[in-house]
Amino acid sequence: MANIPMEHGLLLAGVLFSIGLTGLLVRRNIIFMLLSIEVMLNAAGLAFVVAGSRWGAPDGQVMFMFILAMAAAEVAVGLALVLQMYQKYKTLDVDSASKMRG
Amino acid sequence: MTVVFYLSAAVAIISTVLVITRLHAVHALLYMIISLLAVAIIFYTLGAPFIAALEVIVYAGAIMVLFIFVIMMLNLGHKSVEQERLILRPADWIGPVVLAVVLGAEFFYMVLTGTPQSVTGNPVEPQAVGASLYSTYLLGVELVGMLLLAGLVGAYHLGKKLK
Repeated sequence: MANIPMEHGLLLAGVLFSIGLTGLLVRRNIIFMLLSIEVMLNAAGLAFVVAGSRWGAPDGQVMFMFILAMAAAEVAVGLALVLQMYQKYKTLDVDSASKMRG
Repeated sequence: MTVVFYLSAAVAIISTVLVITRLHAVHALLYMIISLLAVAIIFYTLGAPFIAALEVIVYAGAIMVLFIFVIMMLNLGHKSVEQERLILRPADWIGPVVLAVVLGAEFFYMVLTGTPQSVTGNPVEPQAVGASLYSTYLLGVELVGMLLLAGLVGAYHLGKKLK
């Protein structure tokens, strides 16, 4: 990289990941928890692209595409679970679903 | 280009902090879209234009629309008209608009002044990404296809009404 050191890109990815992790641990609303997971996946993808850009290799971008597809599949299943949970408990608070008996 | 990178990084961090601190899910989604657009500009400055486009189309487009769709389906507020009025309050959308204007200014700055040669980082052309994706990572593509199919079947199964 000509002007931007790789550390700054990785630092940004780390900060975004930490914010996502904090949100996941702090919030109890399941929609916000899913959003925090999206933030974390996006930050991981950013780290891959930064590293790929450092060495001019396409591998980082390929990995980002895999993460993208994984995030799409995860969010589809996760949101279906949100709908199911809301039908059953009439709330989005994950602490209400602490029993595993169906 | 260096300025664009650091400005987008600041926008991304600010909007992501605002995502996890909002009380209303729709407000959080507005900031989440801003955050994804900021990361897309960062990808562009890092020399990954194809990934920047994918970030906007798939993340900010498809996945966020899925979130909004589910929030609307849940119809969380009982007084939805009252809630709609609250959503349209200027105090709620002025923050995302300001951050979006910053990103838009960066975009026009890059379109008007920057050429693809002036990106920081080593640019990787979409052709190289495609060639690598369908040669070295062919097995990964197959696995991702199966994962998406599993996600489709799982979402369909879980989305059925409870008996």
